[in-house]
Amino acid sequence: MKALMFGWEFPPHILGGLGTASYGLTKGMSKQSDMEIIFVIPKPWGDEDQSFLKIIGACNTPVVWKDVRWEYVRDRLGSTMSHDDYYRMRDHIYADFSYKYTNDLGCIEFSGRYPDNLLEEINNYSIVAGVIARTYPCDVIHSHDWLTYPAGIHAKNVTGKPLVIHVHATDFDRSRGNVNPQVYGIEKDGMDHADHIITVSNLTRNTVIEKYYIDPRKVTTVHNAVEPLDPEIEAIQSRSGTKDKVVTFLGRITMQKGPEYFVEAAYRVLQKADNVRFVMAGSGDKMNEMIRHAAYRKISDKFHFTGFLKGKQVYEMLKSSDVYVMPSVSEPFGISPLEAMQVGVPSIVSKQSGCAEILENVIKTDYWDIDAMADAIYSIITYPSMYTYLKEEGKKEVDEIKWEYAGQKVRRIYDAVCGIKQY
Amino acid sequence: MKTICFYFQIHQPFRLKRYRFFDIGVDHYYYDDFNNENIIHRIAERSYIPANRVLLEMIQNSGGKFKVAFSITGMALEQLEVYVPEVIDGLKELAKTGCVEFLAETYAHSLASLSDPEEFIRQVKSHVNKIETLFGQKPKVFRNTELIYSDEIGDLVASMGYDTMITEGAKHVLGWKSPNFLYHSVNNKNLKLLLKNSKLSDDIAFRFSNYEWDQYPLTADKFISWIANYPENEQLINLFMNYETLGEMQRKETGIFEFMKALPRFAEEKRISFSTPTEVSKKMKPVAPYAVPYPISWTDEERDLSAWMGNILQKEAFEKLYSIGERVHLCNDRRLQHDWLYLQSCDHFFYMCTKHFSDGAVHAHFSPYESPYEAFNNYMNVLGDFIDRVNSKFPTSIDNEELNSLLTTIHNQDKEINELKEEIKILRSKKKQPMREISSITPEQ
Repeated sequence: MKALMFGWEFPPHILGGLGTASYGLTKGMSKQSDMEIIFVIPKPWGDEDQSFLKIIGACNTPVVWKDVRWEYVRDRLGSTMSHDDYYRMRDHIYADFSYKYTNDLGCIEFSGRYPDNLLEEINNYSIVAGVIARTYPCDVIHSHDWLTYPAGIHAKNVTGKPLVIHVHATDFDRSRGNVNPQVYGIEKDGMDHADHIITVSNLTRNTVIEKYYIDPRKVTTVHNAVEPLDPEIEAIQSRSGTKDKVVTFLGRITMQKGPEYFVEAAYRVLQKADNVRFVMAGSGDKMNEMIRHAAYRKISDKFHFTGFLKGKQVYEMLKSSDVYVMPSVSEPFGISPLEAMQVGVPSIVSKQSGCAEILENVIKTDYWDIDAMADAIYSIITYPSMYTYLKEEGKKEVDEIKWEYAGQKVRRIYDAVCGIKQY
Repeated sequence: MKTICFYFQIHQPFRLKRYRFFDIGVDHYYYDDFNNENIIHRIAERSYIPANRVLLEMIQNSGGKFKVAFSITGMALEQLEVYVPEVIDGLKELAKTGCVEFLAETYAHSLASLSDPEEFIRQVKSHVNKIETLFGQKPKVFRNTELIYSDEIGDLVASMGYDTMITEGAKHVLGWKSPNFLYHSVNNKNLKLLLKNSKLSDDIAFRFSNYEWDQYPLTADKFISWIANYPENEQLINLFMNYETLGEMQRKETGIFEFMKALPRFAEEKRISFSTPTEVSKKMKPVAPYAVPYPISWTDEERDLSAWMGNILQKEAFEKLYSIGERVHLCNDRRLQHDWLYLQSCDHFFYMCTKHFSDGAVHAHFSPYESPYEAFNNYMNVLGDFIDRVNSKFPTSIDNEELNSLLTTIHNQDKEINELKEEIKILRSKKKQPMREISSITPEQ
């Protein structure tokens, strides 16, 4: 079974949960012996782990024929891709794109992020997808998130192979209901063209069915999982020097994540307990507003902002925490509480988060119910038995949530859309 | 005869280093030594040192007719002593001429006058001591941090025995009146007020090298003739500015030093003299009261407190800081007292200002942070650690008054025990003398 996947992020250069999920899923699926995966991303950096799949960079895919010597290609591509792949793809250029801006290799340049001209990048990405789909034969096409749906549709049209799209989030989650019509259009188009849709939670599945008017039979939930911890990460020590308990919010500080409910809950807890500090880690468009909000509540000496954390810093923060809180207003899945539980931090998640569907040993509250959230925080930091129970049972539980199982579910969907019988 | 009163402010804060959440409880050193040293070196080289030389020259060349006043914060003095002591030497030399006056102010360039009168008085006293030991002069005129003044602060200053104070000639307070007179506090006729002439001060401090200004270039001749053309009865021209104006804000290439050097000659031509604030206060009589119910300052367009307490972040930081003032004074820890002073510098609040346009640009220019929010986060992290350290000295469950009385009891007990011990000693030694004869017969041990 050969799968051609279109993604937007891949570790170690990630901006959100999408990259982590892409990595985990592909790694889990690679455990199946007959699975071959080609993963396309806009801009590889060359330090991605390619041991279990092959990465093709859209920015290294020629769309305009250029006569270049192989030594030159080798030097230019470095470790991101081999020059053989370059020449193979150059033989499959299907139309004249010389009106586009291309570089010395005849490739379109990509930022690999979420730039202002995102829609143009998405369009370019699907142009490139045409070349890739013609070059590498596959049995199934798999698109991750709306940015890559147009590419998936294009590849489907070229190859005639079934298209599976993976909904990691919808615009309804990101905007609290005020959807961007252009984004909605792309999402809807992708869902209509897909042979099957994978959602990361039943919450998202409902959104897809109700808001995008998709036939429920076409939509299946495959919950996300977590990668087992690296020994290197396992060895990271808590860096907290304070004697106080530490309650952490970690993620982008945007409307979707409900940061203001965290500040309000913190305010309530601090009225009753003074042996606790709150940390809001991450950055985002609501950060300054949250700083002002904490100042307005007069808790700024106990409420800290760390700014954006990356790599190891994330785990340092988690290991220094006593409680992890994810008050998301609408979270398709939300891997971060699972990561917190892995390092033994009791978690509180909102009922509006996809991960709440599969987790047992966490405290679930409504995102708007700040009193309940404050209550939960207070009891974890006050009653040691509560803390220990959630810590130990949570770790046990999350260690059984493996990408391998999620990969098997995805495989069954592949088999179904390809018309292979289940045995 | 008209007179010009020059006064320069020298202040440099102890800027904080990047202090992370993880540093709380671990690292108790808060200052960015590298940056602080760098900045004070740069400014000393470009401004303080050459300016000292120029002023000395001016005083000598004019035969002591040129006069000037300084107000130097404790924070600046501490840094100068450590990093560029030659500036202090230069100032001492100036002090010896007798034409230079040093003013009293808060040691930490703090906003204590707005919320903590006791702390305010304490800081003024320690500043006065510092100036006296360094320059051999006991300051007689007071100027508050950034010329902050209100009727209430005036009362406080008068109660400390000062009869002259320096402040801003704020337009919204003065109205149609001119700053070129001596005023007195509305509550207290004996507290004289010197008001800054904003227009002329800013002509030197901000507009001197501005090509777009219609009066560019500013020459000493022109400047003095403006003063001479003021109505005959407006006799007092107060020019107050930062010392960095000479050489740093206005680089030496702009000709600022030559401009200064030329001032005494043209002033003499127009029969305009120079005076120190004390001389002004002695010679002149106040003409009218100056009523300031709400505090004013010399900063920003608004000339009020909005540069330090304008937004919710600044208010929060300010309130949190002063909420533990009383506790800090109950501990005798020297490092705590030090940090307490350093954290009070109003600059920390200045960096948190979220104003826009030209005032915002000024705030951003001086700030070592990328944004006011970052300034706030960093400061609150430091403050969080500091509060923890203060609270770890004594249990927080006891309130300040109770703690104070307990500490007094402990202190008194100590005293009493010592006294009693002394008494026992005396009694024993008295007792021993007659005992000796006996003990010589029968040794006890």
